[in-house]
Amino acid sequence: MIQIKQIHKSYITGQNSLHVLKGIDLEIKAGEMISIMGASGSGKSTLLNILGILDNYDSGEYFLDGVKINRLSERKAAQLRNKMLGFVFQSFNLVSFKNAMENVALPLYYQDVPRKKRNLIAMEYLERMGLKEWAHHLPNELSGGQKQRVAIARALIGKPKVILADEPTGALDSTTSLEVMDILQEVNATGITVIIVTHEHDIAMRTRKTIRITDGNITEVIVN
Amino acid sequence: MFDIDRWQEIYHVLRKNKLRTFLTAFGVFWGIFMLVIMLGSGNGLQRGVTQNFGDMATNSVFIWTQQTSIPYKGFPRGRQYNFDNEDVIAIRHSIPEIKYLAPRIQAGGFMQTNNVIRGLKSGIFNIMGDYPAFNKIDPLNFTSGRFINDLDIKDKRKVAVIGSRVVDFLFTKNENPINQYIQIQGVYFQVIGIFTSKRTGEQANQENQNIYLPFTTLQQTYNYGNAVGFFSITSQDDIPVSVVEEKTIRLLKKRHAVAPADETAVGHFNLKKEYDKMQGLFFGIRLLVWIVGTGTLLAGVIGVSNIMLVVVRERTKEIGIQRALGATPWKVISQIVMESVVLTTFAGYFGLVVGVGLLELINFLLGSTGANTEMFVHPGIDFSVAVTALTILVICGVLAGMIPARRAVSVKPIDALRYE
Ligand SMILES: Nc1ncnc2c1ncn2[C@@H]1O[C@H](COP(=O)(O)OP(=O)(O)O)[C@@H](O)[C@H]1O
Ligand SMILES: [Mg+2]
Repeated sequence: MIQIKQIHKSYITGQNSLHVLKGIDLEIKAGEMISIMGASGSGKSTLLNILGILDNYDSGEYFLDGVKINRLSERKAAQLRNKMLGFVFQSFNLVSFKNAMENVALPLYYQDVPRKKRNLIAMEYLERMGLKEWAHHLPNELSGGQKQRVAIARALIGKPKVILADEPTGALDSTTSLEVMDILQEVNATGITVIIVTHEHDIAMRTRKTIRITDGNITEVIVN
Repeated sequence: MFDIDRWQEIYHVLRKNKLRTFLTAFGVFWGIFMLVIMLGSGNGLQRGVTQNFGDMATNSVFIWTQQTSIPYKGFPRGRQYNFDNEDVIAIRHSIPEIKYLAPRIQAGGFMQTNNVIRGLKSGIFNIMGDYPAFNKIDPLNFTSGRFINDLDIKDKRKVAVIGSRVVDFLFTKNENPINQYIQIQGVYFQVIGIFTSKRTGEQANQENQNIYLPFTTLQQTYNYGNAVGFFSITSQDDIPVSVVEEKTIRLLKKRHAVAPADETAVGHFNLKKEYDKMQGLFFGIRLLVWIVGTGTLLAGVIGVSNIMLVVVRERTKEIGIQRALGATPWKVISQIVMESVVLTTFAGYFGLVVGVGLLELINFLLGSTGANTEMFVHPGIDFSVAVTALTILVICGVLAGMIPARRAVSVKPIDALRYE
């Protein structure tokens, strides 16, 4: 599903250049569930953002489902993100003035699915997350766990092939974290590839494979 | 357009900071409002001044005699002379560029004694001897009867055409003046027509006190011999009146032994020249109004663009989320441009409505208070101007939104998402 070869990435700020990814090689098969671990600042998010076509890389190769990802137009990138990928962020990133249902329906909005139809589908996904009663609430009326479940429903509604989660439990207490992980495991069980960035050990343990990044290199691959 | 999510977002953005939205909208509102008011007032002024011309043919020239200023052919300077009936024939004969020629002679009114009597009523009025052509050059509004015709001239009929104020003076409310007799400087005339002026204000008052008699009748009745007071002349439609003016003056000078170089002996007034001057003035006013108006409007639009820049910056993260979820650049750009267009159009439309409303109110007040509005008649703007202004607004809205919108999609999605 995902192949990357010798990915390099530097951040340039003023005079300084920070070499963050120093030749990452990684292959993730369809239906896998893996975690990426590493110290803070080791480049986990940077890698995930490149995988999510939110950022570009300096050199190397990246294939997503056989499509070469390199210097795409922003239009093409947006379409690929919409069709292929689902994002779950640490800070949820819900749109504040849209209710839970409308937030979930957003990816379908960008596919020009009619409003009635996409809201109906959004309700199905919310129901799967046990949030049907909360459909018409704004994000600031929801708890952290509820917000993250809305975000997961939103990530799933476009029927993506890969879910990218950057510290999805980072802002949640431990019980809620476990719930979210249960959901992500269920998602993976339906055949969707799941990639989770985390620095919590017990979260990583619940994935099948853990990749450890140290100082911009993959230093360890553990099969849990 | 009928995408609820778009409107929801616009509503959210504009509502978020109401004072800011209001102030921004006010900039555009004020621009359009000022433009409408200034254009409307300019139009009112122009209508007022133009109405002072009545329906007068603008390609006319008026010619009369004055003292000579150069001794010529044995005559001393300072000589008085008169035009005469032979001049009329000579002009008609030798200047084919003339369309209407209306000789006139005036019989009184300038003498401060009552010159018109009917029964016990009397008044001071201007008495003119005219040809039918005069009503073609400077038309009157006939409420009943008619103007002088060719038969009146030929038979030297004792008939009179009188203004509405003359009627008010000499007749009671329920009398019909037509076919009645009035005594003008001792001679009885039968009333054949009643008119009102097409001018406004004081000028109309003056004209409504006029009495018109057949030219030939007046000449004979009051012993003017064959003298002519002055000529009103219009040129053929495709000929500039200045050509006629010049030819006629040259002919008259020759016929009355006036030196060709004598600038003062023949008085003349070229209406076309005055009219053109006026038109130039109004063109200048309108140009100025558009420059000032669009300048004000531009300031408002720049304000919108500025605010949209701020809004886009504030919403960087939100836009980042939308892009991560698959919003294409076009979707983002069109959303922001639409916000800008809605803001400008709405504010501008409001300015247009309030501006037109104020002009209508002024109209109403001018009408109901009966103010002397000689120089200011029916201020207002054309519908086409309103449509133009709105079109300009929409275009401005698009332009104002374009820069912020492009900036919104110029950052990488990840940088937008990271923005705090
Ligand atoms: N946009 C950026 N500009 C400059 N430096 C950045 C940027 N994003 C991340 N970095 C730096 O790159 C390094 C790796 O960051 P990141 O991938 O977010 O680490 P992690 O997610 O593993 O904590 C850090 O030192 C961070 O400060
Ligand atoms: Mg990180």
